[in-house]
Amino acid sequence: MSWFRKPSGTPLWRDEFSVHTADERYVNRRQFTKFLTLTSFGMLVGNLWILARAAFHRAPVYPQMAVASVDEIAVGGVKTFAYPTTDDPCILVRTGNESYVAYSQKCTHLSCAVYYEKEENRLECPCHQGFFSITDGAVLQGPPQRALPRVALEMKDGQLLAVRMEGETA
Amino acid sequence: MNTNAPQKRGLTAIDGAMVLIVILLIVQIWLLSATLESYLAGYREAAVPGAIISGILFLACLGFYLFVDRIDSEVRKG
Repeated sequence: MSWFRKPSGTPLWRDEFSVHTADERYVNRRQFTKFLTLTSFGMLVGNLWILARAAFHRAPVYPQMAVASVDEIAVGGVKTFAYPTTDDPCILVRTGNESYVAYSQKCTHLSCAVYYEKEENRLECPCHQGFFSITDGAVLQGPPQRALPRVALEMKDGQLLAVRMEGETA
Repeated sequence: MNTNAPQKRGLTAIDGAMVLIVILLIVQIWLLSATLESYLAGYREAAVPGAIISGILFLACLGFYLFVDRIDSEVRKG
């Protein structure tokens, strides 16, 4: 049994534009199947592109940046800042006397800005009601599929320093 | 004797193959979105199995396409 069609002496134009109505159904189905197979090839190319990006990924170098002084914000208070570039808004939350957390402010669903909901102690995206844990940025509810990238913080000389991003592929 | 019988059988086989391709394609679309989400979340190792499985699904779709092409050739040209 051969997988490939038999060589035909019929010209391609005559094969594709059949004069028989009954044959037209075959041509339509074959062409639609070809379209589906090409779409499948497109999906494969997408996966190979991700593979290439993953294979040639280089760990980004993050700058150290002072975000706030230790007593600048009250417990339960927030401060927004940009890190690592000015196009990357982040949110700093003081969750306790000595505890601070900071996350990217871009929702992982459609990049709306998330805000801190103090009553529920969680981060909320108002666009599509996505909720994130304040503890680790994990998705609690809603359409986002990924946790919020976390900003690693260090305390030095009374200053909170942002040192790197965690949980994201730059 | 019904002379249209091979034509109808051929169409049934092609329709079946098309349905299977559509199912494989839906799985492949889901796989691409899941691999992308994992990659963006920092799990880069998910890209390898994603690409392998996507390749297998594409080969299956290609096999079905060749099947449809062969049936089409056989039935219409006798």
